[in-house]
Amino acid sequence: MPTGLKARSSSVKIDFTIKIGGEAGQGLATMGFLLSKAFARKGLNVFANQVIQSRIRGGHNWFQIRASDARVLAPSAATDILIALDRESSCHLKELKANSVVIFDSTVVKMESTLGCPLDIPLAKIASENGGNKIMSNIAAVACVLGLLEYDVNVLFELIRESFGDKDKAIGDVNIKVAQAGYDLVFKKVKCNKLPSLSALEGKRKMLVSGSEAVALGALAAGCQFISAYPMSPSTGIMTYLAAKEDDYHVVVEQSEDEIASINMALGASFAGARSMTASSGGGFALMVEGLSLAGMVETPIVIVVAQRPAPATGLPTRTAQEDLQFVIHAGHGEFPRMVLAPATIEEAFFATARAFNIADTYRVPVIILSDQFIADSYLTVDDIDLKEVKIERNILSDEELKKLKEYKSYQITKSGVSPRALPGNPYFFVTADSDEHDETGRITEDLDFMRPEMVKKRNRKNLGLLKEARPPIRYGPKDAEDCLIGWGSTYGALKEAVDLLNSESRKRHEKVALFHFSDVWPLNEKHFTFLKKLEFAAVVENNFTGQFARLIAETTGKVIKNRINKFNGLPFEAEEIAKAYRKFKKNG
Amino acid sequence: MADLESLGKYETAWCPGCGDFGILDAVRDALVKLDADMHKCVFVSGIGQAAKLPQYMNCNFFNGLHGRSLPVATGIKIANKELVVIVTSGDGDIYGEGGNHFMHAIRRNIDITVIVHNNQVYGLTKGQASPTSDLGFVTKVQTHGVISEPVHPLGLAVTLGAGFVARSFSGDKEHLSSMIQEGIKHKGFSLVDVLQPCVTFNKKNNFVWYKQRVYKLAADHDAHDKHKALEKALEWGDKIPTGVIYQDGRPTYEDACGLMKDKALIGQDVSSPSRIAPVLEEFL
Repeated sequence: MPTGLKARSSSVKIDFTIKIGGEAGQGLATMGFLLSKAFARKGLNVFANQVIQSRIRGGHNWFQIRASDARVLAPSAATDILIALDRESSCHLKELKANSVVIFDSTVVKMESTLGCPLDIPLAKIASENGGNKIMSNIAAVACVLGLLEYDVNVLFELIRESFGDKDKAIGDVNIKVAQAGYDLVFKKVKCNKLPSLSALEGKRKMLVSGSEAVALGALAAGCQFISAYPMSPSTGIMTYLAAKEDDYHVVVEQSEDEIASINMALGASFAGARSMTASSGGGFALMVEGLSLAGMVETPIVIVVAQRPAPATGLPTRTAQEDLQFVIHAGHGEFPRMVLAPATIEEAFFATARAFNIADTYRVPVIILSDQFIADSYLTVDDIDLKEVKIERNILSDEELKKLKEYKSYQITKSGVSPRALPGNPYFFVTADSDEHDETGRITEDLDFMRPEMVKKRNRKNLGLLKEARPPIRYGPKDAEDCLIGWGSTYGALKEAVDLLNSESRKRHEKVALFHFSDVWPLNEKHFTFLKKLEFAAVVENNFTGQFARLIAETTGKVIKNRINKFNGLPFEAEEIAKAYRKFKKNG
Repeated sequence: MADLESLGKYETAWCPGCGDFGILDAVRDALVKLDADMHKCVFVSGIGQAAKLPQYMNCNFFNGLHGRSLPVATGIKIANKELVVIVTSGDGDIYGEGGNHFMHAIRRNIDITVIVHNNQVYGLTKGQASPTSDLGFVTKVQTHGVISEPVHPLGLAVTLGAGFVARSFSGDKEHLSSMIQEGIKHKGFSLVDVLQPCVTFNKKNNFVWYKQRVYKLAADHDAHDKHKALEKALEWGDKIPTGVIYQDGRPTYEDACGLMKDKALIGQDVSSPSRIAPVLEEFL
């Protein structure tokens, strides 16, 4: 995919990628976050993601920031500026372009590049000469990037001041001094620098939000009051963020002894009336499966976030995958309805989480937010989130409503399958939850002739409501396209760009490509697949080996799509590789 | 308020002579004596014969999964601290399948009362050893007798700092009722371990066996002395003490948490999504 500061099309003038490579513990995330935030402050669109090893120190990690004046949702391999903090960063040299710049400090790391402009900056010396310590060479490097782009360095100073506050103002001041020195060293002084200037850039500030934060914010907006979770990458950011907001927003964060406790505690809290959730990755969710089935049986609402990572077993803890789709859909003994939402973007993760609580409450079912490491750990600029779009629908009978009733049955058999919900503690009726098969009052039954079949039907009737809730796929691309790519969840950004790229190459109608992208992945409504009938070619694109969504399509529609584009090495898709795979399909007919 | 009539009478699935009857009677007696507002009580249980107890009363209940009653009870109490939460389940449920939850519920000192029907055997699955079965206890699975050291639930509870640790016997309704009442009144995690015969599967630890061994702790037993309490908690054999073995007044989870000092969590207003607008500003 063509990137670079030069115009990609008439509407996109800015699109560049900065990569920071180094060891774990070197401060890559802090540097990356500062740069991302600096760009967002002047209204640039930013997509930033981290590629990290599962270790506290050492190894080779990188943080990449893509900034554009158009909305970007996926990383780009092509790199405009590389900050090399370790020798291993040389693996990114092949991603450089003719005009790219490599920033490194030869007293720390040797870097020989055949491409672009190597820029040996004495980062450590700048830090020490200005009263800073070794780690402050990072801030010098960040300032160099801004200097090369002739970006307003005051934005960085502002961020440093906010970060250190009044309490640590002295340390903040040293950082600013180091940053100024780094900035001055390169500003209009590097002859080989062909990167255009961003000095004229003026735009409205944008929010910069990570996927985990977006889920946590969605939960807060929805009035979630309880999360019990056991730390597990890449889901931990959700409980961490909520813990920081505990006191102000009435949400209890309980670190449970295991994921079995997580889901059971959340179910208890939900039974008593608090909107409740839990979050984990595939392995933790595996432990929750018994509790998921319990949620189905006791019909207690719950929201479960499953942030996927490559498995089986421990797999690759800090990498990304879409391997748990079939698992979350089928998890749990017995038959009971559930809904699975797989947000396509970080912004959607916010709204999907808020929506998940409503669906859970409305139908008394478990709702799963199926995200992944790519969504969880990435940052995206988000235009104003309109909180007016979030509605809270509890569907709980109030004391006034209960007072008017002659009787109340926790599992009343209804046409929709949804029994009206009351909370224990109300002064009028007892409320029950029973994991045994039960009658309408929630008492254990072995009436096989009537009650058991009626209860099975009642529970599963809720599927019809969920099918109506399920939203159709997003369609993107030319109306007359005869080919399509099908995706779900976090691959949206890369797929959208791949479609743009392919369509920019081709003018013929039968070579135009559209994207059909699903966020609501369960239950699937057959009606949402009618598009397949009108198309010449379809390929399903997924971050897994076996084509789990393709199999669901076959199960839902009877149509087997044999063209599959699968990536399962733990890294997210890039647009170019999807485009390449598509071209290969077409070439081979 | 609770009276025996309004608590109802239900047909049970228990064997005639089962210790569970005595426990149910004592629970009912305790609720009446405490003049409990039944609408503010929630019974939580797992799976097993003991866990069926809430099914046999008119009450709020959450009859969940085997071993998982404690996390459910914890969640209920966190959401609404105004509720009186009482767990009633068996030794297999609380000390075996739910052993990890037992340990951590005690650490949290959540204000719930846990009544463990401890018959030292698995009833519902027909007679296998439980975590509290005595060494040498022969079953169809432990054919050469139990070779694993039994769990000492009271000792475990004392060392973990449980707020209230008591033992009683299903054959002594008055004592058991008073222990349950004390447990419910205690602020914090309360354990009432109830020795009970299993007439069908435990031919060793039967009614007579317990009757001959249990004795009431002397009036001068200092339940606040942790070391003395531990000594009594571990006493097992020819003499088995009953009564309040240990009591501690450390802060409950609800008090320590700080988020529900004035009001129950569910009583706090979270109904407006726009309340989080200031948080969004932080991301700019």
